[in-house]
Amino acid sequence: MSEKIRAAIIGSGNIGTDLLYKMKRSELIEPVWMVGIDPESDGLARAAQMGLKTTHEGVDGLVPHIEEDDIRIAFDATSAYVHAENARKVNEKGVLMIDLTPAAIGPYCIPPVNLQQLAGQQVMNVNMVTCGGQATVPMVYAVSRVQPVAYGEIVATVSSRSAGPGTRKNIDEFTRTTSGAVEKLGGAKKGKAIIIINPAEPPLIMRDTIHCLTEDEPDQDAIRQSVLDMVAEVQKYVPGYTLKNGPVFDGNRVSMFMEVEGLGDYLPKYAGNLDIMTAAALRTAEMFAEEMRAGRFVPQPAA
Amino acid sequence: MDLTGKKVVLHDMSLRDGMHAKRHQISLDQMVTIATALDEAGMPLIEVTHGDGLSGASVNYGFPAHTDREYLEAVVPKMKQARVSALLLPGIATVDDLKMVYDIGVRTIRIATHCTEADVAEQHIGLASQMDGMDVVGFLMMAHMIPAEQLLEQAKLMESYGANCIYVTDSAGAMLPDEVSEKIGLFRRELKPETEVGFHGHHNLGMSIANSLAAIEAGAIRIDGSVAGLGAGAGNTPLEVFVAVLDRMGVDHGTDLWKLMDIAEDLIVPMMDQPIRIDRDSLVLGYAGVYSSFLLHAKRAAEKYGLRSSDILVRLGEMKTVGGQEDMIEDVALDMVKEREAAGASA
Repeated sequence: MSEKIRAAIIGSGNIGTDLLYKMKRSELIEPVWMVGIDPESDGLARAAQMGLKTTHEGVDGLVPHIEEDDIRIAFDATSAYVHAENARKVNEKGVLMIDLTPAAIGPYCIPPVNLQQLAGQQVMNVNMVTCGGQATVPMVYAVSRVQPVAYGEIVATVSSRSAGPGTRKNIDEFTRTTSGAVEKLGGAKKGKAIIIINPAEPPLIMRDTIHCLTEDEPDQDAIRQSVLDMVAEVQKYVPGYTLKNGPVFDGNRVSMFMEVEGLGDYLPKYAGNLDIMTAAALRTAEMFAEEMRAGRFVPQPAA
Repeated sequence: MDLTGKKVVLHDMSLRDGMHAKRHQISLDQMVTIATALDEAGMPLIEVTHGDGLSGASVNYGFPAHTDREYLEAVVPKMKQARVSALLLPGIATVDDLKMVYDIGVRTIRIATHCTEADVAEQHIGLASQMDGMDVVGFLMMAHMIPAEQLLEQAKLMESYGANCIYVTDSAGAMLPDEVSEKIGLFRRELKPETEVGFHGHHNLGMSIANSLAAIEAGAIRIDGSVAGLGAGAGNTPLEVFVAVLDRMGVDHGTDLWKLMDIAEDLIVPMMDQPIRIDRDSLVLGYAGVYSSFLLHAKRAAEKYGLRSSDILVRLGEMKTVGGQEDMIEDVALDMVKEREAAGASA
C-alpha cells in the first residue's frame, strides 16, 4: 500500500479540531500540521498531543515547511475573510486547498452531488459550501433530478454552542454561499437560504428544512424514492443524517425536515452542522488523494 | 406613576408587524394610504417591511404581495415628516438589503437578533453606523427568555458595534411590568447616556400598555405600537389607546389622538382578516412565551393536520424555539400526527 497523502489543517477552532479527529482515522490522508493563531487554543494543544507539528503564527508559520514535509492538501477552517490569502499562499506551493469557509473561491463541492465530476478536473481550490449547504443541497438535488425545481429554500437551525465566531461573523456569507449552491448544485432555478441560531439548553441537534417548489405537479413516488436514496448516500459519511418528516407534498411544494446528528468526535453530537462539514471535506480530500496516488491528479503550483 | 412631561418617540408597526396578521398581503395602496395618514397624524417613525424583515419573502414565512423595494419606494417619497424604518434579521437578510434600503431613502434601520445572539449583527450594525445619517437600532428579540444582566451584555455588544438605540423586544408578549422596569432600567443605567432605549410589546397577556408605561418610567424613549394593534399574536401595543393614556398622563408624544383613532377605525380595522384579540392561541403565546408570528402558521398547520393549534404552540414553547423557526411548526405538527397514530394503534 502506498503512503498516505500528507495534509495540513489551517484553523484550530471547532471545525479544524473535529476534522483532525476524523482525519486521524483516514486510510488515505495523514494530518501532519495544525495551524492556529492563538498559542493557547485547545485545538493546537490537542494536535500537539496527537503528534502533529503546530504553529500559532497562521499560514505563514506553515508555508516554509510545506516542501520538506511534503504537504499536498491543506484544509482551511478559518474564516471567509482570510481564506483568499491562505489559499494563495498554499496554492503557490502546489498544495490543493479544501476550503471549509464560505469564501467560495473555488467550485462548490457537495460529495453525493458532484464529487465524481470534480475528480476529473484539475482544480486547486474546492469549496465545501456551508454546513447548511452540505445538509440541504443533496435534498434539493434529490428533487431536481426527478423534475425541474423553480425555487429551492432551505432553513438551517443550529445550536448556539455550535456556532463559532467564524460563523457569526460570516453570517451573510453563509446565506449567499448556501443559496448559491442551492441553485448551482441543487438545481433550483432560484435559491434561498435562512440560518437560525437557537440557544436552547440542552442544545438542539442541527435541523434543516428544505422546501422545493416544482414547476409542474410533483411526481410523489419518484421524489420519495429519490429522497430516500439520497439520504442513504449522505449517511455513508454522516451516519446521523436523518429524514425526520416528509417529503410532504402540498400543491407544488415538496418539503423535507431533516435532523443531523454528529459523530461526537470533538464536539458533542448535537453539533451535526460541524460534523457534516468536516466529514464532507475529508471525503472530498480522500477522493483527491486517491487520484493523486494513482497519478491522475498532480497539483500544480499556481502562479 | 408620574410620567408628566416625559418625552417619548412612538414607532408605528402596523405596516411591518401588521404584515404578519395580514399574511404579508397588504397592498401598495393600503401601505401608502395608511403611512400617509400616520405621517399627517404626526407619527415620527413608521416601519415598512415584510413581517419577518427584509428578504423575509419565503415559503417559510410567507410570500408578500409586493417586494420590500416596491413597498418602500411607494411609501418613502410620500412622507412629509415621518421617517420610514426597515427591519433586518441577520440570517434572513444581508448587508445587500441594508444598502438597498439606504438607497431608497430609509434612514432608520432596526437590526434584530434573538436576545442571546447579538454578535451575528456585527457586520450589519457596523456597516449601518457608517452610513451617513443612518439611525441604527439594535433589537433584542424574545427578551423575556434571559435575565436582565445577560440581556445587558448583549445590548452592550450591539452598542459597541455602533447602534445608537437598543430595544427590549417582547416578541412573545410574555413580559410583565416589573420585568420590563428591571430590564429597561438596567439598560438605562448601564448603557452610554447618549444611547437611547426602546421597548416593543405584544398584547398577548393584555399587558402591552402597562408594559410600555413601565418602560417609559424606567427610561425608555422609543415605544413601538400599532394603530388598532395590527400585529402578530394579539397584536402590538394599540397606539390610539396608548396615546389616549399618554395624553391623560401628560406625556409628550407629538401625535394627534383623534387622527390615530380615525386611522384605527376607518383604515386598519376594515382591512383586518380576523379580529386582533387575545384569543386562546394568542393567550398561549404570551403564557408559554412563544414568538407571536407563529400564530397564523400554527392555526394553518392545525387545520391541515386536524390538531389543536394551542397544543402545537405549547410544544413549540417547550422546545424553546426562537423567532424565525416557523419551519418547526409543520415539523411539530407531523410529529404530533405520528404520536396520535401510534396512540391510536396501541389503544
